[in-house]
Amino acid sequence: MQEPVSFFTGFNPNDLWFLGEAALKTLWISILSITIGSVMGCVFGWVLHESKSVAGIILAPILDVFRSVPLLIQLVLFYNFAPMVGLDLNPFLSGVVILTFYTASLVTNVARGGIESVETSMRRASRSLGLTYWQDLFHVVLPIGGRTVFPAWIGVVLGVMKDSALVSVLGYVELLKASQILITRTQEPLLILSIAGAFYFALSYPISLYASKFEKRWAK
Amino acid sequence: MIQIRDLHKHFGDLHVLKGINLDVSKGEVLSIIGSSGSGKSTLLYCINGLEAIQQGTVHINGTDVHAKNTDINKLRQKLGMVFQQWNSFPHLTTLENVALAPRIVKGKSKEEALELAAKQLKHVGLGDKLKNYPVSLSGGQQQRLAIARALAMEPEYMLFDEATSALDPEKVGEVLDTMRLLAEEGMTMICVTHEMGFAREVSDRVAYFHEGIMEEIGPPQQIFEDAQSEHTRKFLMNVR
Ligand SMILES: Nc1ncnc2c1ncn2[C@@H]1O[C@H](COP(=O)(O)OP(=O)(O)OP(=O)(O)O)[C@@H](O)[C@H]1O
Ligand SMILES: [Mg+2]
Repeated sequence: MQEPVSFFTGFNPNDLWFLGEAALKTLWISILSITIGSVMGCVFGWVLHESKSVAGIILAPILDVFRSVPLLIQLVLFYNFAPMVGLDLNPFLSGVVILTFYTASLVTNVARGGIESVETSMRRASRSLGLTYWQDLFHVVLPIGGRTVFPAWIGVVLGVMKDSALVSVLGYVELLKASQILITRTQEPLLILSIAGAFYFALSYPISLYASKFEKRWAK
Repeated sequence: MIQIRDLHKHFGDLHVLKGINLDVSKGEVLSIIGSSGSGKSTLLYCINGLEAIQQGTVHINGTDVHAKNTDINKLRQKLGMVFQQWNSFPHLTTLENVALAPRIVKGKSKEEALELAAKQLKHVGLGDKLKNYPVSLSGGQQQRLAIARALAMEPEYMLFDEATSALDPEKVGEVLDTMRLLAEEGMTMICVTHEMGFAREVSDRVAYFHEGIMEEIGPPQQIFEDAQSEHTRKFLMNVR
């Protein structure tokens, strides 16, 4: 059965604007969850490094769950079950919450790796100068370990940015969802997916570019 | 002065230091020799509180290092330490490496700290490397950087843990010369070392460690020419 031809309309410049706006939403949801998730991940990584016993026993398996259950399932489960415990979150907030925990679970390992990449002897040297535990952590471990795991962190950032597309299953109109809407209307999947792909590239590429610039500067 | 009384250190079941008694007075240079695993490094770590102890005491100028109410970070400012690995901070220039602790630990202004750092780097012969990053320095230069970094805290005592062991042979001399310079200037030093020439020429006393016990201590002459302990004599025969 064929639908009336008049239902479809071609791709027009306004649609580009629509996609652009959706790309900003992707950017926004990514920035929020990556920022909060990274800070949380650093704290968790530090906790796992410091207390291999108590906190680790509780924290490690929780993070494992976030790391191993597919994001899509996490999003749908959380969105549908949150109201049951009195959390009435819109798709955007649900997406941010889950993406944040997902990011945190990935950054935790990166952060712990960073801390552990700084040798004991280096930390002893800095403590022997009279630095307190926290001074050592912020002035020695953070810059040295941070640089070591920076590429790994960038990998997480780019991954989460792409994975944020999954928030579309909750009905949030970010880049992927916007593309789907337009495809349904224009019946031009190739064109629209190409444009959406270009937008994702435009969001990610500057990050890769800046990252490699930093890495080069540090390598000196 | 440093006073160590009946110091015991265990790592789990391993009894690493078995009752050390040792006084080091101001201006003295003490070298510690002994075979691998005899507890020499551990002793230095116990002196500046990087390792906890299980029995006994260590006093620095009358302050108990391991007492609960001791401000260990403040006390460590009196004790510079140089390690086998040079541990330069790779993200900082030599100047910033040296200026870091004076700035954040002692709260000196940036200008003051940098000025002090430049002075100490000149002192150890790195005056022309102020803006270099550690990767561009040789091992010997990085070890001198480590010495300058410790000196910038204006310590009363310097602890050296095999400062030349990780260096290429041709770089050992420049670091030993820097240590000699400090000794001549009257710095109080405890040097764990495998450099018998240095121990003999520079030290006021030499201590021989064997399996967690300080078997023998005395002027270099006595240790190197007239050792009382069988172990000491054997050790010295082997290193020569
Ligand atoms: N953190 C630690 N945990 C467990 N055992 C340790 C630790 N540090 C040192 N030891 C052990 O304590 C003993 C003394 O070590 P220490 O490093 O003080 O010896 P050393 O005299 O400095 O030897 P070397 O000449 O090889 O440096 C060794 O048997 C070593 O394996
Ligand atoms: Mg040692």
